Amino acid sequence: MGDLLQIIVAKYNYWIYITLMMIGLYAMIGKNNLVKKIVGMSIFQTAIILFYVSIGVKKGATIPILEHGHGEHGHSAAALIVHAVDYVNPLPHVLMLTAIVVGVATLGVALALAIKVHNRFNTLEEDEILAQIREK
Amino acid sequence: MKIIGLIIAILTGVLLLSATADFPIFGDPDSPASTHLSPYYIEKTMEDTSVPNIVTAVLADYRGYDTMYETAVIFTAGLACFIILRIFVREEPGDRLYRHVLTGVTVRVKEGAKLPPSDDFERIDTMWTPPDLIIKTVCRLLIPFIQLFGLYVIAHGHHSPGGGFQGGVILGASIILLAISTDLRTAVQRMREKVDAILCPVGVIIYAGTGALCILFGFNFLDYSALAPLLHVDPITARSHGILIVEIGVGIAVMCTMIWIYNILSSGGKYDEGL
Repeated sequence: MGDLLQIIVAKYNYWIYITLMMIGLYAMIGKNNLVKKIVGMSIFQTAIILFYVSIGVKKGATIPILEHGHGEHGHSAAALIVHAVDYVNPLPHVLMLTAIVVGVATLGVALALAIKVHNRFNTLEEDEILAQIREK
Repeated sequence: MKIIGLIIAILTGVLLLSATADFPIFGDPDSPASTHLSPYYIEKTMEDTSVPNIVTAVLADYRGYDTMYETAVIFTAGLACFIILRIFVREEPGDRLYRHVLTGVTVRVKEGAKLPPSDDFERIDTMWTPPDLIIKTVCRLLIPFIQLFGLYVIAHGHHSPGGGFQGGVILGASIILLAISTDLRTAVQRMREKVDAILCPVGVIIYAGTGALCILFGFNFLDYSALAPLLHVDPITARSHGILIVEIGVGIAVMCTMIWIYNILSSGGKYDEGL
């Protein structure tokens, strides 16, 4: 039991992201309402963003912006020696920065489709939509 | 269906959790993600581009090709919303409501007739409710500062957290705030749909055009050091300036897409009366 607890504490970021991700997955599969499915998709997306950002963390490191003085541009500052351990991994931040904005844009498309479905069937419940399709 | 979903979710969760045994522990500086490529970026960014913010440098320079297509994806998402929802109906000769600004008297004009445009009367929605004084005043005071902050975030993205994506979203949010605090008609008067639809691809074209300009100077696509003779700076500072140019393009594209998507969604495609 003590071992398991130690494993959980050492890797708690993965436990959080997997829990969030499964909440999103369950909402996408189990919920009947289309808007709730879209919300589930957003939660899923957030879990992946959290996962990426947590991978970039280094203990004792600071944000990935190099220390620099004002006024001195370019080459004089470039002479400073930079150690990689002092700054967190910038790559996950770059990937997720675009993913967040693209996520918002695709969420807009999903909501537009939901509005279109509501215009056509007058409902957003999946089983009612399926029943209406089968009637025809 | 709910039970099947629950079983699938729990099974996948257990599978993923068992896989974390091979993952590096939280905050490990020697994890595989932090050992191969990222030390190069951290140590060489200042020499290569003279940009202190590593995230901006990687975003717009080292991985510029990727970001260009991300911008294209955002533009495509806006376009998709437009194609899915936008309805072009010739305005039927229905009743129009006008409100006298000073006295608050509402005038109903029948069968498509219009009042001549004047400052005394403003056109209002059919579901119009009086705006709250506090909300309207606070938003009117805040919106210019929000826009100024958005411009700062774009322009200062080299030295502090920020860049085109973040600044573009802030600028878009300022116009959306205007639409929420007053009504959609007021916001559309400030930023018409035509402007939105033109500026969206213009942002992408600024990005791709900067890359194409580099080809014209005989360098690789998106190799901003080619712009050095044009900007009268040395090649390394030219890369820093090239990043600023493409960030401006990204900011324009993101801002317009956010406003466009909000306006289309909130009006259900009619683009006249929203929330």
